[in-house]
Amino acid sequence: MQPTYTSSRILLPVRPWFVFFSLFCALLLNFLPTSHWPGVPDWVALVLCFWSVRESRYIGMGWAFICGIAMDVADGAILGQHALAYILLAYGASQLSRRILWFPLAQQALHVMPLLVMAQVIPVLIRLLTGADFPGWGYFISPFVASTLWVPATFVLLLPQYQPLEQDPDRPI
Amino acid sequence: MAGIDHTPLPFFKRGPAPLALLTFYVALSVALLVVDLRVRSLDIIRQSASIVVDPLQRAAQTPGSLVDLAQSYLVGLAVLKEENAQLRHAQLRTAPDLQRLAHLEMENARLRSLLSVKERENAKGQVAQILYTARDPFSRRVVVDKGQQAGIVAGQPVIDETGIVGQVTRVFPFSAEVTLITDKNQAVPVQVVRTGMRSVAFGLGNGQLELKYIPANADVQSGDILVTSGLDGIYLAGFPVAKVTQVERNVAYSFARIYCTPIAGVENFGEVMVLDPRQPLPEPPPEAVTRTSTGGEDNTVLRTKKKRAAKAP
Repeated sequence: MQPTYTSSRILLPVRPWFVFFSLFCALLLNFLPTSHWPGVPDWVALVLCFWSVRESRYIGMGWAFICGIAMDVADGAILGQHALAYILLAYGASQLSRRILWFPLAQQALHVMPLLVMAQVIPVLIRLLTGADFPGWGYFISPFVASTLWVPATFVLLLPQYQPLEQDPDRPI
Repeated sequence: MAGIDHTPLPFFKRGPAPLALLTFYVALSVALLVVDLRVRSLDIIRQSASIVVDPLQRAAQTPGSLVDLAQSYLVGLAVLKEENAQLRHAQLRTAPDLQRLAHLEMENARLRSLLSVKERENAKGQVAQILYTARDPFSRRVVVDKGQQAGIVAGQPVIDETGIVGQVTRVFPFSAEVTLITDKNQAVPVQVVRTGMRSVAFGLGNGQLELKYIPANADVQSGDILVTSGLDGIYLAGFPVAKVTQVERNVAYSFARIYCTPIAGVENFGEVMVLDPRQPLPEPPPEAVTRTSTGGEDNTVLRTKKKRAAKAP
């Protein structure tokens, strides 16, 4: 697989441990106190969406469900609130992956934006149905920030798969 | 021809179809949602998941607490001296009351025993540290560092040095979740100190509380202090809760709108005290049977009640 469809570089196959490590890091980032600030993206949703688009064999709805339950327990929210959002996000991303990967990165971000917005709106809908107050429009900034982070996220998360441009057969590493 | 339209054997091993998986997981999470909302019997799942999640959350809090530690290390000597002097003054100011407290309590107990009134409960508890605020933007909760290991149970009131902070709502093995009194679903039975009027203070979710269902002509002024009335069997009587900040009396409504701000540092971080659960209140007296019922059904109900009453002794 290439980093983008125009690129002529061939990527190494993904290492499964890196996929799970990145999800773990995203969970840690979500638990940071910064997640109370407006506009801080939902890192788990971003990473989950990225791997569902790229490697839907490793990351699918099962891991989305587990991450969602972890987020629900950490938030003290209703169990299943984030799980439902992440499951639908993973499903949508894996269904769209054949299409998304044929676009340049900026347009990929545009494709991903509605999915991320949906993952943010579903918990709000569930909480509004159960009688909570509207959290304010600042709550909805974060998926847009997350989709602008699609390009850097692609670069960072594909970094272990790049091969050196000039390969020297005599070099040990 | 039967053999043409049958699908070929799968060449690669694949799991269930995505749509089937989606249906399964969505059904699972919706079932979790409904059970958690209606039955509230998923605490065992929550507690077992929290054993994994809680260390992660504590680890994620370390950078912030390291910054706090560095700040407190670098704070100037003068600031500390000033704070120390202030604390000394505060201690001296409360000293007369505190020194006579033991005497007063003893006198109170003796007088109560003379009057044969039930003894007042003592407030005891354990100090806990607030770890972090729950990330949920829809509720106001904090997590403290004492849990089932320290014998905390759901329902215990939480105070700080100035007043009521909230109530323990969920208990995990090593931590407990405290719902603040400003949460939208939290209500505290209160009493106005100046007039003795009882009411219930509801959280508004924006850092304020509201006294609801108070008649428009009730004697409540801004500046009034509200303390717990102790009628609910959860909070002991007499803890400061809130101060009335704004009273709106509109003739169009039969109730006044009374807004209050909490007295305790509800949104602050630091140490709090988790009070032990109260002794159970005495059973309420049985409801009196009315004699004025005229309907046929009511009569039958009355009769059955009478029968039961006759059987009971």
